[in-house]
Amino acid sequence: MRYLPNTPQNQRAMLDAIGVRSVEDLLVKIPAKARLSRPLALPPALAESDLVRHLRGLAARNADADSFTCFLGAGAYDHYVPSPISHLVLRGEFLTAYTPYQPEASQGTLRTIYEYQTMIAELTGMDVANASIYDGGSSLAEAVLMAHAVNGRGEIALTGAVNPLYRRVVETYVDGPGLRLREVPAPAGVTDLDAARRVVGGKTAALVVQSPNFYGCLEDVTAAAEIAHAAGALLIVVSDPVNLGVLEAPGRQGADVVVGEGQGLGVPLGFGGPYLGVFAAKQDFVRRLPGRLVGATVDLDGARGFALTLQTREQHIRRAKATSNICTNVALCALMATIYLAILGKQGLVRVGELSTAKAHYAARRLAEVPGVTLRFPQPFFKEFTLKLPKSPERVAARLARQNILAGLPLKGLDRKHADCLLVAVTEKRTKDEIDAFADALGKAVA
Amino acid sequence: MPYDNQPAYDRLVFELSSPGRMAFSLPESDVPVEPALAAVPEKYRRRQPAALPEVSELDVVRHYSRLSQMNYGIDTHFYPLGSCTMKYNPRINEDAARLAGFARLHPLAAEALSQGALQLMHELAGMLAEIAGMDGVSLQPAAGAQGELAGVLMIRAYHEARGEKRTKVLIPDSAHGTNPASTALAGYEVIEVKSDAEGQVDLGDLERHLAADVAAFMITVPNTLGNFEPRVTEIAELCHARGAQVYMDGANLNAILGLTRPGDLGFDVCHFNLHKTFTTPHGGGGPGAGPVGVKAHLEPFLPVPVVARREQTYVLDWKRPQSIGKLQAFWGNFGMHVRAYTYIRTMGADGLRAVSENAVLNANYVMKRLEQHYDVAAPGPCMHECVLSARKQKKLGVTAMDIAKRLLDLGFYAPSTYFPLIVEEALMIEPTETESKETLDAFCEAMIRIAREAETAPEAIHQAPVTTPVRRLDQTRAAREPNLRWRGQR
Repeated sequence: MRYLPNTPQNQRAMLDAIGVRSVEDLLVKIPAKARLSRPLALPPALAESDLVRHLRGLAARNADADSFTCFLGAGAYDHYVPSPISHLVLRGEFLTAYTPYQPEASQGTLRTIYEYQTMIAELTGMDVANASIYDGGSSLAEAVLMAHAVNGRGEIALTGAVNPLYRRVVETYVDGPGLRLREVPAPAGVTDLDAARRVVGGKTAALVVQSPNFYGCLEDVTAAAEIAHAAGALLIVVSDPVNLGVLEAPGRQGADVVVGEGQGLGVPLGFGGPYLGVFAAKQDFVRRLPGRLVGATVDLDGARGFALTLQTREQHIRRAKATSNICTNVALCALMATIYLAILGKQGLVRVGELSTAKAHYAARRLAEVPGVTLRFPQPFFKEFTLKLPKSPERVAARLARQNILAGLPLKGLDRKHADCLLVAVTEKRTKDEIDAFADALGKAVA
Repeated sequence: MPYDNQPAYDRLVFELSSPGRMAFSLPESDVPVEPALAAVPEKYRRRQPAALPEVSELDVVRHYSRLSQMNYGIDTHFYPLGSCTMKYNPRINEDAARLAGFARLHPLAAEALSQGALQLMHELAGMLAEIAGMDGVSLQPAAGAQGELAGVLMIRAYHEARGEKRTKVLIPDSAHGTNPASTALAGYEVIEVKSDAEGQVDLGDLERHLAADVAAFMITVPNTLGNFEPRVTEIAELCHARGAQVYMDGANLNAILGLTRPGDLGFDVCHFNLHKTFTTPHGGGGPGAGPVGVKAHLEPFLPVPVVARREQTYVLDWKRPQSIGKLQAFWGNFGMHVRAYTYIRTMGADGLRAVSENAVLNANYVMKRLEQHYDVAAPGPCMHECVLSARKQKKLGVTAMDIAKRLLDLGFYAPSTYFPLIVEEALMIEPTETESKETLDAFCEAMIRIAREAETAPEAIHQAPVTTPVRRLDQTRAAREPNLRWRGQR
């Protein structure tokens, strides 16, 4: 077996050194009645070439974004991934290291996390960012728990335009502490601010808004911040950092915590994970943050160095009283994002945003010209928008898939109120020709 | 360091920036840009551009290549970090995860358009269930800690569905910190159960605490001292007799593949760390994956959606009214599922059993070679890892941390230190099955050399490390004056 170097001679020599006859003699503490007396019922081992063939067969049964034109979004986007990212994260010194418990032998990882924290804080307009959390949904859940820990209040107000998948994650996480979720309606595709004023009050730990929201519409974050702060609550903003070259930093609109899905920053679509949970906050909350933090310091000789810091927040020290149960971050995905942001840089991220919104507005116009198809919400949007279709969105999407177009997300499954709608995302990768072909195909499908 | 012929590198990417440089490649727009920008209201648009670096592509590639060289990884160093199972990460796994059909698949592609991915997930869940002797497995948890949270929430939902109000969870004092943290997050009071000198559960203390308000007992098998808990089946029976569920932390599963199964030992729930036992890379601290397995009576509570098979078609089953809900926005860390699937299909049943047998053999060999030089925390035989104590060396002024730092200079990553908490000056060594006898011998000789140095030249050990890119860091300063982002200053 190619991963197991011990030869029978090695094993004999080691057993002799230990002073036992066989490995069985080392397993005596396992209760005999619980020993497995048969081989595990697993499929037979495959040689590398056979396994590759088998895996290719499975992969070929998926409609990936190389073979299909992707207009799907809803929290995962087909943005450009520059070539160096995959090459660099495959370097074994990054790939096969672990959490930097020994900082002297982990300066590479620590420096990249420090760079990541700097870039995310800068993009979101916040004071500090952590080393990352699992994904956008769990980041939001951790933010909600942090808000409760900060002000001790028991209610969370979520607007109805927050991604419903994120809402499901929040529901799971608030079950333990018993927080109450209250919904602020968004009937016109954006949060009803008058309703928000009624819902948010003295019991509200935090108001959560997403911008652009689940339907693609831009929210008035500044107004939401005023409502939250007037009630002494925190404002948590769910934001997609890849948009923040063009869109205002939530920190400058009054956010106290910014969370979101960082997948667009160079992380593969990968059927939903692993992704990158972004988490940034104001300085006041630095000792309440969940997850890892890397700080700069000096070594014995006064040289600059980096180490995990403020660890007294964390589970391995505080145990049941930790700010979160999170142990690892998603360091390699954070590294992808760091390299992505280094490559795109100051100018490139602005270009990504400008191209995405240009293509999205072109697509919205072309698709809404199809007879019977309308933009569901007359609101400003950025790279994603909601269409109302005259025919079943599921059937329309299935029909377009036959022409290798992933038309968008039929909303029925996640949002019954909008069962006649299709959520369409357009990134900078989509071309005019692809959008025109989509519009033509949609026209035929709804005719 | 392996790169000691290179000058010290002390740059951050921001310090390479030069206005006007670029490393990206984006096309000219083939649709109008200005009208679109004008449609985004001014107040929503960024006023001050984000201060990101401006560098060339080579700047980026060289910078991150140089930073990588400031790390020890499994690829370059023996990495005996106890409880983390730092075994070889096969490269075929990486190839598999990068196939376009997996890496470029959108999570919301319709079920009919993602049958290969769903089949892989369904089969992986089935293989993990067989390995653990469980009836159902959810692949959704993103990491071990999230698997724990899911497991404890399922236990809670189970008791509540039976109309029972139980408020406490018992956890040994030797447990990983995530156990009490996850349990508290799930809304339970955590009660610590004592371990005896050998790291085994103090049965008397357990029985004393096992009252009618106890929802579960959570235990790591083999325990964090590297030993198999010989009375584990009795413990499970005792808990069940009092109406409590039994949770196994699967961090140490690498010790028991094909030898025994959590389900056969009496456990109701266990989680898997795909980044430990199943060779997905640790990545400098994640992403991992922490699937959770349950017995049949807990299956109704599994996170949604469950990947199910309906005749020849794979589907995402959302219609599970008793589910604890969702843990991640999508279906789990699928890229890690592909890698773990690839590994299990590479190894087969005999191969996985050989993994555990060799992991146990390697750990016992290291323990045997070092027992004359260091105190052993608990008598053997151990399973896949052994815990030493540097209490003898501490009397000479050399701590477990000093030993760890000295190992870095001798070309090895360090064992886990100061864990488990119940062992003074703990050094937790997990060699894994992928290391050869030659490597283990070299490591043991380094450890023996350090034990001798502790007697003859402890000052030298206090200076360590001296070959790494930085020397010992001022952690107090890092915590007292947190500097968590670059602000243009050195």
